[in-house]
Amino acid sequence: MTLVLNRIDDRLIHGQVVVGWGQPLDVHFIVLVDDAVASSEWEQELYRMGVPPEMEVRFLSVSDAAAHLDDYRTEPRAGILLTGDIATMSRLVAVAGVRDVNVGGIHHRAGRVQHLRYVFLTPDEQRALRDLAEQGAVVTAQDVPAARAVPLEELLAAREGG
Amino acid sequence: MSNAPGLAIVAGHADFAAGLTSAVEAITGHGDRLVPIQVRGLCGEDIQALLREKLKDSGALVIFTDLQAGSCTMAARRVLREVPGSVLVAGVNLPMLLDFVLSSGTDPVAAATAAAERGRTAVSVHGGPA
Repeated sequence: MTLVLNRIDDRLIHGQVVVGWGQPLDVHFIVLVDDAVASSEWEQELYRMGVPPEMEVRFLSVSDAAAHLDDYRTEPRAGILLTGDIATMSRLVAVAGVRDVNVGGIHHRAGRVQHLRYVFLTPDEQRALRDLAEQGAVVTAQDVPAARAVPLEELLAAREGG
Repeated sequence: MSNAPGLAIVAGHADFAAGLTSAVEAITGHGDRLVPIQVRGLCGEDIQALLREKLKDSGALVIFTDLQAGSCTMAARRVLREVPGSVLVAGVNLPMLLDFVLSSGTDPVAAATAAAERGRTAVSVHGGPA
């Protein structure tokens, strides 16, 4: 097995990740890459509380992640790579060999336009997703396994919520 | 003077909170003791802001959430750090909320703790292989 999902989700560890993806993919570990969380014991405890005991969570800064991801890809068990924003995933695409990117949840915030029920983007974030594709990553949006994976161009063209 | 533990916020995925609250109202007539919220489309920071607003408006010191790993639970833990004497119960079910709204005590933390235990013991399995 390997890292079976490389996901951008601003809620980080939550029900869709742990249960929605974690159970059907038989995920045994989550690699959470976030500089703020990696430097806060309290935040790490908060996220550990949200996973079942058999699921391990590894907290890494962006710089540390580049050095460790190859090792994680050779593990016999399945894992999920998780970032809270596009910029962090972009770094991992550039320096850590990430080739498939799942846009799982980027929610409402001032300045963002709604593309899907669970994806809201600023113009800069739209460009950042295009940049990921230009770096060679296959970018799709999909909140849960039962949903259809929406290709990047369709995601960027889509408008919901009036 | 009212003998009740005050209001509680109920938060969860999709329409979970509204559904549970409507069930509590149907069974007890005390659905007004719960403040259901739904967080569809909100980022974590906006969920926290919504919880802060509802806590302030209602005076509630108790939050019930649906899933231990859920984003509402994560947000509630962050928000309640700032609220002395408050309590979060994750994994809420209907028997738990019924116990809470029917509690005659005035201590919200004690009422929530007792309700959590009631909810935990209210799960049963019937049948199975012959």
